[in-house]
Amino acid sequence: MIRSFAVRLAWREGRAGYRRLGVFMGSISLGVGALVAIHSFRADVERSLSDQARALLGSDVRVSSNRAFPEEFEAALDSMAGAGREIARTTTLASMVLDTRSQGVRLVQVRAVDPGFPFYGDVASEPRGAWEQIQGGPWAVADPAVLVQLDARIGDTLAIGRSRFVLKGTVSGLPTDVGFQTAIGPRVYIARDRLEETGLLVFGSMTRHHANFFMPRQEDRDQLWNDHRQLFREHGLRHTPAAYRAQELSSAVDDLARYLGIIGLAALFLAGIGVASAIYVYVREKVVAVAVLRCLGARQEGLFAAYLLQAATLALAGSLVGVALGIGVQSTLPRALAGVLPLEVATEISWLAALAGVVVGVWVALMFVLGPLLEVRGVPPLRALRHDVEPPGGADPWKVAALALLGATVVGLTVVEAPTPLQGLAFSAGLGGVALVLWGAARTLISATRRFPPRAMSYPVRQGVSNIFRPQNQTVSVTLALGFGAFVLGTVSLVEDSLVREFTLDTGEERSNLLLFDVQTDQLPAVESLVAARASGPAAVTPLVPSRLLEINGRPRDALLELPDGERPARWALRREYRHTYRQALAGSEVLAAGRWWGTPGDEGGLPRVSLEADLAESLRVSVGDRITWDFAGVPVETRVASLRTVDWTRFETNFFVVFEPGSIEEAPQTAVILTRIDGERERAEFQRDIVRAHANISVLDLSRLQEAIDTILGRANRVVRFLGVFSTIAGVLVLIGALATSRYQRMRECALLRTLGAGRAVVLRILTVEYVAIGSLATIAGLVLAVAAAWWIAAVVFEVPFALSPVRIAVVWVLITALTLAVGLLGSRGVLRRSPLAVLRDVAG
Amino acid sequence: MIRAEGLSKEYMSGGRPLRVLDRVDLDVEPESFVAIAGPSGSGKTTLLGLLAGLDQPTEGRVIVAGEDLFSLTEDGRARFRAENVGFVFQTFHLLPTLTALENVMVPLELRGSGRDRNGRPIRERGHELLERVGLGDRANHYPAQLSGGEQQRVALARAFANDPRILFADEPTGNLDRRTGRRVVELLEELNRESRTTLILVTHDMDLAARAHRTISLADGRIVPGTDEPSG
Repeated sequence: MIRSFAVRLAWREGRAGYRRLGVFMGSISLGVGALVAIHSFRADVERSLSDQARALLGSDVRVSSNRAFPEEFEAALDSMAGAGREIARTTTLASMVLDTRSQGVRLVQVRAVDPGFPFYGDVASEPRGAWEQIQGGPWAVADPAVLVQLDARIGDTLAIGRSRFVLKGTVSGLPTDVGFQTAIGPRVYIARDRLEETGLLVFGSMTRHHANFFMPRQEDRDQLWNDHRQLFREHGLRHTPAAYRAQELSSAVDDLARYLGIIGLAALFLAGIGVASAIYVYVREKVVAVAVLRCLGARQEGLFAAYLLQAATLALAGSLVGVALGIGVQSTLPRALAGVLPLEVATEISWLAALAGVVVGVWVALMFVLGPLLEVRGVPPLRALRHDVEPPGGADPWKVAALALLGATVVGLTVVEAPTPLQGLAFSAGLGGVALVLWGAARTLISATRRFPPRAMSYPVRQGVSNIFRPQNQTVSVTLALGFGAFVLGTVSLVEDSLVREFTLDTGEERSNLLLFDVQTDQLPAVESLVAARASGPAAVTPLVPSRLLEINGRPRDALLELPDGERPARWALRREYRHTYRQALAGSEVLAAGRWWGTPGDEGGLPRVSLEADLAESLRVSVGDRITWDFAGVPVETRVASLRTVDWTRFETNFFVVFEPGSIEEAPQTAVILTRIDGERERAEFQRDIVRAHANISVLDLSRLQEAIDTILGRANRVVRFLGVFSTIAGVLVLIGALATSRYQRMRECALLRTLGAGRAVVLRILTVEYVAIGSLATIAGLVLAVAAAWWIAAVVFEVPFALSPVRIAVVWVLITALTLAVGLLGSRGVLRRSPLAVLRDVAG
Repeated sequence: MIRAEGLSKEYMSGGRPLRVLDRVDLDVEPESFVAIAGPSGSGKTTLLGLLAGLDQPTEGRVIVAGEDLFSLTEDGRARFRAENVGFVFQTFHLLPTLTALENVMVPLELRGSGRDRNGRPIRERGHELLERVGLGDRANHYPAQLSGGEQQRVALARAFANDPRILFADEPTGNLDRRTGRRVVELLEELNRESRTTLILVTHDMDLAARAHRTISLADGRIVPGTDEPSG
């Protein structure tokens, strides 16, 4: 009986209420839309990864090294090839490439490939067949970007090292790396048997060697691993099965999706606050109706059920719209993330994500409205007869339970969505903190305006300010909505600014803007004189001595690798290929953190002294006084750690993990890098052309190109974050519109009364302007204060860059949101100003 | 039909207890028409609220049709009202989001059977009542589309929808002009006679009170001695 009555009442009451509460459900739609889009896209990426795992690698297994493969492995490769195993080798290195027609010159990745590579994936070349052609002669194909950067055309001749290659076409769909490397240099492909003649494979060149295996059978892959595991470990060879590569990418995408997911959740929680606030006012307005129904015999639970059903219906409708929105957004994500992901993502509707979106949307909305709806139960029937009857006081255990359930929902969903439970807890604590501060700011504004009204100000100002604390005001919900929007926008904007500042390379008068690397010792005098003739400032020559770690305090690397977790130095630090230098003084980007620099005499114990970068020392679990033995082209050199340094890696300088004292490794095989400055874009291009002509193996990195690459990467990352920032902000705006619409009837009554008493439209307009500007400003300021704190934390802790406080960006967000509040508020009051006061009063009274 | 024994009610006002009803004893016969009169603040509405079980007394008890109202739970009293009681309010209190017909049907729907006591579909009963109060052609109008007098007639139809044994009316003409108010009262009396309902009406209009079988005057929360007698 109660149920059928509740359903009928929900339907009849809802006919009017749905329109008013609909805006809030729009904000639920946005939150659900963000979640569905992100989760569906995650499912798309995972499916695409599992479909394309082999195509991503181009093979079933890849073995890679930064140095030429050791002889034992070369022998193993030969014998496997002899036994009919399909193996394709690829070699990648950075080199300057010159287009002989356009004279365009750029640092690119030259990738030399064996026939048959890749074993998997569809390579699309333009014109068709160009990719297969490169194995037949001195021919090359390139990423389309190369054509743009070199101003090249198909058929041009490219100078790569000492050789000339005819550009046969462009290519896409090849296995690729993600991130910085690709951004710095697009790729040019040549046949591997022509690499030797380019003369690029010289000592110290930054080359990466790969052996790619066609091994569809798991037993074969296991055998490769079992037979050569020891060899891989000894020589620092990296063994990558296709599934592992896919898994690596999947986990990176998963992390990104989870971070984005919690931003989506935040949008949903914001919507929840809006819905709760709207329902609170809605229930307040229904008090008499509820009391009448109680007089007529309706029971508490029936009435509560009716209003809960209304909220659930709206939440369901909002969530369903959100699912449709999410599916629409999902289809645009592959384009938005183009260049960030190294694979083609095919979108497909994920019904699981859609269902989860609906369930989460309805659940979150209901949890937020439960508290306000419980008010219905406390309405005394006597309220129908007397206006001065208040509900019974005291704590309502149901409300306490509802609040606890809401808290558990927020924390639970965030923990499930966040990359780690701890981050989930931290994020929900952060969200709670933000909500609490904004709530406190709103309460403070209400009480401050009530206690200290601006008595000396004109009437419109006084009236506008007093509206902030009118009964059933929406100050708290508007402050929360706007403050949260300002918080998200402000944080994104300030973090972006800090990152842009940090990664904007210093191109001031004194700074170097060109980096020459792979300079061989015998080339140094000629290159130095070429540099001296063109450079606008002095050139800094830094020796690079390649080496590997052999022992720490007499314990061999292999023994160290066998140590249990917690005792073992970091594997990457033990296995990596180091490039050391030697010099007398600390560099400008370095600060001594422990020990003594060798400028001062001390107890050396006879061993050559080294200075370690502080984080590396921590990874190697060594400190001042420890002994490390290094391998220089087969010659072991034992050293003692004399000092630790902190290094500012972001400075465009040659920075090193390990610096040797002079006189220790000068005799070891080495190359050099040269940092210099040449003013003028054209002069730099000419210089690079001359270097390439005279010394084909030397690469030149132009700072402005590097800046372009950094900007590209930052731009991609920003696009994703902004995308979600926009979701949260639109949700905030919808909550704002809804909050203002909720108090519209009251505002109409007040305005009509004011106009009846003789206030002109201009006065009413001024009153409304004061109210909206005051609330908008306060909310935005509170949100921005929090944004500054959050942006500082994210910059300093997450990105480890100095925080830059940009007053301009803060002012922009403040003006933007305050103007938006004013615009939404005044637009919502249009009807009030246009209609006659009598008509408004009659409508409202009805 | 209704018996009140030692009924008192105190409210806290300015931190001190304020006694608005003081040990009221009352017996109301079945099918009688009783007016409770008195100036503002005399306790009329409080007494009506207690007799209808809308509020808890500080002391005393109310027995309606043999049932001690305050031995029931809040929901128990709601059920009791749904079965036995009708209400007419000064400010009509129609549910603004429901049409006239839907407003009339609410008490019947609360009983949940889909039919009235005589087995007729509730929609039919709703229409019949609206016809009875002269608003058959306004069934699908919302309260905002009706005049004050029409709204109160819908409220009367709603009050009689569940064939209540007792009807409580709180200043039913208070918001109406004299002529409309008189018509509403006549209608109320007719319906009361036809339905053989016990009618308890609160008013400060002595002319209206004079139409009752019996008038009780309240002052300062007490029945004024000598007033609880049949009206002339």
